[in-house]
Amino acid sequence: MAKGQKKFRSVGTRPIRHDGIDKVTGRANYGADFALPGMLWGGVLRSPHAHARVLGIDASKALEIEGVKAVITSADLPVIEAGDGPTNFWDLSRNILARDKVLYHGHAVAAVAATTAVIAARALERVEVEYEVLPQVQDVMEAMSPDAPLLHEDMFTKGLDPKPEHPSNVARRMEIARGDLENGFAQANVVVEREFTTRSVHQGYIEPHAVVARTGEDGQVVVWCSSQGHFMVRQYCATVLGLDTSQIKVIPAEIGGGFGGKTTVYLEPLAILLSQRSGRPVKIVMSREEEFRATGPAPGSRIRAKLGARNDGTLTACEAQLYFEAGAFPGSPVMAACMTMLAPYTVENLSLVGYDVCVNKPKTAAYRAPGAPIGSFAIETLIDELAEMLGIDPVDLRLHNAAHEGSQAPYGPKFRRIGYRETLETARAHPQYRTPLERNQGRGVASGFWFNAGMQSSAAVNVNEDGTVQVVSPNPDIGGSRVSLALMAAEELGIDVERVRPVVADTETIGYSDLTGGSRVTFATGMAVVEAARKVIEQLRERAAKIWGIDVSQVEWNEGYALPGQGNGEHDPLSLAEIATSASRTGGTICGNVSLNARGAAPGFATHICDVEVDPETGRVEILRYAAVQDVGKAIHPSYVEGQMQGGVAQGIGWALNEELVYDEDGVLENPGFLDYRIPVASDLPMIDTILVEVANPTHPYGVRGVGEVPIVPPLAAVANAIYAATGVRMRDLPISPPRLVDALDGKHSG
Amino acid sequence: MDPKTHVHTHINGEPVEFLSEAYRSLLEILRDELMLTGTKEGCTTGDCGACSVTLDGRLVCSCLVLAVEAEGRRVGTVEGIARGETLHPVQQKLLEHAALQCGVCTPGIVVAATSLLERNPDPTEREVRYWLAGNLCRCTGYDKIIRAVLDAASELRGASPNVLE
Ligand code: FES
Ligand code: FES
Repeated sequence: MAKGQKKFRSVGTRPIRHDGIDKVTGRANYGADFALPGMLWGGVLRSPHAHARVLGIDASKALEIEGVKAVITSADLPVIEAGDGPTNFWDLSRNILARDKVLYHGHAVAAVAATTAVIAARALERVEVEYEVLPQVQDVMEAMSPDAPLLHEDMFTKGLDPKPEHPSNVARRMEIARGDLENGFAQANVVVEREFTTRSVHQGYIEPHAVVARTGEDGQVVVWCSSQGHFMVRQYCATVLGLDTSQIKVIPAEIGGGFGGKTTVYLEPLAILLSQRSGRPVKIVMSREEEFRATGPAPGSRIRAKLGARNDGTLTACEAQLYFEAGAFPGSPVMAACMTMLAPYTVENLSLVGYDVCVNKPKTAAYRAPGAPIGSFAIETLIDELAEMLGIDPVDLRLHNAAHEGSQAPYGPKFRRIGYRETLETARAHPQYRTPLERNQGRGVASGFWFNAGMQSSAAVNVNEDGTVQVVSPNPDIGGSRVSLALMAAEELGIDVERVRPVVADTETIGYSDLTGGSRVTFATGMAVVEAARKVIEQLRERAAKIWGIDVSQVEWNEGYALPGQGNGEHDPLSLAEIATSASRTGGTICGNVSLNARGAAPGFATHICDVEVDPETGRVEILRYAAVQDVGKAIHPSYVEGQMQGGVAQGIGWALNEELVYDEDGVLENPGFLDYRIPVASDLPMIDTILVEVANPTHPYGVRGVGEVPIVPPLAAVANAIYAATGVRMRDLPISPPRLVDALDGKHSG
Repeated sequence: MDPKTHVHTHINGEPVEFLSEAYRSLLEILRDELMLTGTKEGCTTGDCGACSVTLDGRLVCSCLVLAVEAEGRRVGTVEGIARGETLHPVQQKLLEHAALQCGVCTPGIVVAATSLLERNPDPTEREVRYWLAGNLCRCTGYDKIIRAVLDAASELRGASPNVLE
């Protein structure tokens, strides 16, 4: 243990999660596992065209089918303003059900509810839609050309001066700049300038979106669904349907993965509307094909980047243009990519320009550290090239330029205590870094950064009459947050974590909280839990003081017991359970409620080492070894921290090697299933070594930093750099699938 | 109304009857008619393994089996793996290794892994990886799942745990 670090009794241990047994026995209820008596089944009609005008919809034939109870189109939705918040509700409403135009293959145009799923499917076939097919555009660069077909005829590029006269598919131009670019490049002894492309990839959670909605005669709505935030679902549904927030109650199901893909609504408003129209509960479950056609993805991109360094390795300047596909509506994470790509480095002169570009693909959704893996892929590859040109070890080159406490992030603020250097030093000392390599094998290194979020969280800690404790969380538990929150409550109260039962509450039983996303739950909701537990301790001390007849200031709380301070007479320590049992006689129930807006989320850094072997005949890349080093602040439950890192690495490897949504020339997705959209399977991967560096976040009571997102950032470049080391071929276009790699290897040999 | 067939089967050792149209999958009947929702649906095309069950002891994707094919056969689902309150070692080890994050792939992994250990009590890491290659997990990167299955195997054999390390 590091000097000065607090000794913990619960934090840092690895108990079995409280919700675990339900999840290994099949008892846990996920989104699609819920049903109600009299329930109808809903289905969604989706556009067969990537871009078309909707001239008319005739549902009369569908309604003639016995068992069909309701059909809705965008005409049933109120027309919504964009609003001032971060979510554009005009877009959201049109993404849920197309109005006037369909903007991607799979865009929802109508929904039905019927007594069985089969009848609902047959009814969808009988809904007649008249389309005027329009030219469409898939590629981000083509979409930017002046004669490209326009998705939104009234969209003018924001961020340009003067304001443009003609509409464009470019929603926004943004820029981060500092220093003097020209001067910076003039100082450089070596400069590399390259282009990179990445394809649309899907979050690929295993559980499809699912919802059951029930409306009552009193106008009250109850929604059961799996999402990354039931308060978000409530707000979004209320807004797009024109209901009061208080009319909607959302009960969270267990969530079968999200990775950012469940941070918006697709089905929930449709199910509510169909329930209102039919007077019956309505269930809708997406098929995997619908998931691929109409949800997610993370953007495809093109990046041109230029990086200069002096002979000693000092990075002097960076210039980059990033073009991201927003999909059908604006909102790609291109700004986040600009903000994160150079965050690990102290480059004084830079200009990073991002373009958010609409194309005829589904509206992009968040995907784990949104934008960061794409920007980092470019920068971390360039750094690898510079390291080779300068003859400097790639870890040493990064160390030479590493951001540190006090250095200024490209996006503005000065870093407080961060652990980037520690991740580099740990990686350099890792045995994998020196493991000998054989023919066709190579090693790559890359680093990554993510902000991590704070935001609004609520929590309650309730003491039961027998001294067990309930921790009430507002956040769906995607990866073990219940047990992490319970560990923090147990730590504060000084009781065993088995005596603490964490629960996830619905929108009516706990205060508002922001999404499960941004790696924020263990940090921000964890802070709320710690504060709530401290409120409970105050009450426990007051009760003990009352029982003993001494002043509360004289009562200490230590390891689960109230103790009378020196000179307050002879009293046996009172356990939490003893105080709880007598609570009704000392003032009533003991509980603590806290709502906060957490500040001081601390950024996370990671450095990964990847060893590959390339089969030169087939272009197949095998991951031989992988080590992920990350500054996690403080691991509350180390196993789940390791799990986050391993899962992020696996997703990053999939992104690097295989995953891409393939659209044909008409904008039709050609691989809407797990057979052809190939995510890593067990036989594709080795064990993934994880090394947790703990540089405490000074603003969190236990030093927690978010951990869930950083691990997907480095793998793209780590894999590509390893492939270069193995083959001598630089792969700057993802994914590095076998046919592409074979082509590149052939090109190298013939050229 | 489409015609239905009366199907007689055993599920987790108990006699069960149901009616099904010819086109419905065993997965649909298990989940939507029999309320055995422990078996999950991730794709309905045989690609994810979330719907894994055993049919006469053989591991299958229940989304690819027609419900009427269960006539006269034994179906095993995740709900039948634990004995009363005692978890199967595979379940226990998955918990101890924290080998689930969201947990939606877990029922399929539990069924597939117990099926593996029944026929191969001493699998290598590679054998476990290939056997589970049909069970997609997007959360864990498989590392802890593989360790848990190997650990369960050694416990079942009565050997000392910790095959790796
Ligand atoms: S649901 Fe059967 S394999 Fe995916
Ligand atoms: S734990 Fe989420 S898919 Fe496996």
